[in-house]
Amino acid sequence: MYDLPQTDSHVIHEDLKVRARDVQVYYGATHAIKDVSVDIADKTVTAFIGPSGCGKSTFLRCINRMNDTIDVARIEGDILLDGEDIYDPAVDPVQLRARVGMVFQKPNPFPKSIYDNVAYGPKIHGMAKTKSDLDDIVERALRRGAIWEEVKDRLLEPGTGLSGGQQQRLCIARAVATEPEVLLMDEPCSALDPIATAQVEELIDELRQNYSVVIVTHSMQQAARVSQKTAFFHLGNLVEYGDTGQIFTNPQDPRTESYITGRIG
Amino acid sequence: MVSEHIVASFDRDLEGIQAKVMRMGGLVEVALRDAVQALEEGDLDAADRIRRDDQAIDRLNEEIRSETAQLLALRAPTAIDLRVVLSVMAISASLERIGDYAKNIAKRSHVVAEGARINGSIGALKRMSHFVIAMISDALDAYIQHDTALASDVFERDREADQMYNTLFRALLTHMMEDHRNITAGMHLHFIAKNIERAGDHATTIAEQTIYMVTGETPDDDRPKGDTTPMHGMEAGD
Repeated sequence: MYDLPQTDSHVIHEDLKVRARDVQVYYGATHAIKDVSVDIADKTVTAFIGPSGCGKSTFLRCINRMNDTIDVARIEGDILLDGEDIYDPAVDPVQLRARVGMVFQKPNPFPKSIYDNVAYGPKIHGMAKTKSDLDDIVERALRRGAIWEEVKDRLLEPGTGLSGGQQQRLCIARAVATEPEVLLMDEPCSALDPIATAQVEELIDELRQNYSVVIVTHSMQQAARVSQKTAFFHLGNLVEYGDTGQIFTNPQDPRTESYITGRIG
Repeated sequence: MVSEHIVASFDRDLEGIQAKVMRMGGLVEVALRDAVQALEEGDLDAADRIRRDDQAIDRLNEEIRSETAQLLALRAPTAIDLRVVLSVMAISASLERIGDYAKNIAKRSHVVAEGARINGSIGALKRMSHFVIAMISDALDAYIQHDTALASDVFERDREADQMYNTLFRALLTHMMEDHRNITAGMHLHFIAKNIERAGDHATTIAEQTIYMVTGETPDDDRPKGDTTPMHGMEAGD
């Protein structure tokens, strides 16, 4: 009893996965992200917190170049994935997004069968040579999404027919089907009830064994529960970045303190 | 406090709990002061009153416990708020213990009033109790004013309280060895001294919690230990 290890959720890995240096983002004339530098560790859940409009989602979307789709967005600075510049002209954003998956706020399954939702990515990336390969990939992804048991007998039914929590786990399964290295989650539980939220949080903890997970959340308690590292954004600046335990018990910056304790900053 | 919460009732809850701690602190200081005075004056009515009044201190402690439990469950405090709640819980537990020591001293004043006295010891106990009451009072001031310098000062003063206790311990031991008829009085007076010394330790805990609440760090306990009575006991036995 005395030698039980500390729960794994407190173990912090230091292997670097994503390195951002002096990142600036402009939407037209608006300076949305100011000089953000951050190191995101592998096999770690990193939470981005901050008030609405602080830039946390914008910064998250820089990590898989989702902002490329916005005409007026302009990005400066470096974001390196395993040491490679993801904004290098030689990098294909579609290939990048296979390595850096994303889960959105609202579950958004394709209007296709459960099977096809998950098989879509592996198919376009040519990951399966045969039908049985593809079946294996789909099953593995659905198991990782912690939804296999619930859908294995109805794989050909439409994904949109599932409950909200199931849809979100289907989307997570879809995101992990291409074997990404980094998983970005933008408010993945905000449309879910507490039970579905708990299931997704448990899933995030399991995903951490294999991936670097970055989650944007408005729920302080969720950030505290699921992450090992927390970054606090305010007005486009990264104000404080540290171990989650430290941020929630003894933050160093008064702006972080005001925000997490619910005070007028 | 830092500044106000957006949810005003959160501030009211926190302030309400802290106000109870201060009220408890006031009652405890009075109990300890009155207990030693009742001992000195042989005022058994006062001693009985102190024993009864301890219930009020215990009740406040219970109220603080249930209010902090509720605040933890309902508001999930973080950062400074969390540290306030944790320190309040530790401080009210310490005050409750000091209240018990005062009650124990009051209980023993019956025996002492029946003639169990040793020359000079009551005066020494009184001086020691004044010293410790000042520690408690300063620790509570430091807490309410977030004054870490004053808290550190209380923390350091505990050594002196320990030395006062050691001196008294040796004096009582000498009296008991010289004349075995002093043993009953010596034992009771020693327990009273020990109670006051322990109250000083709890004042130190309050100071320590204050430093934790303000800075998020607990002070290193590298003070030389003033309580060396086990060693004196060995010498005396030889």
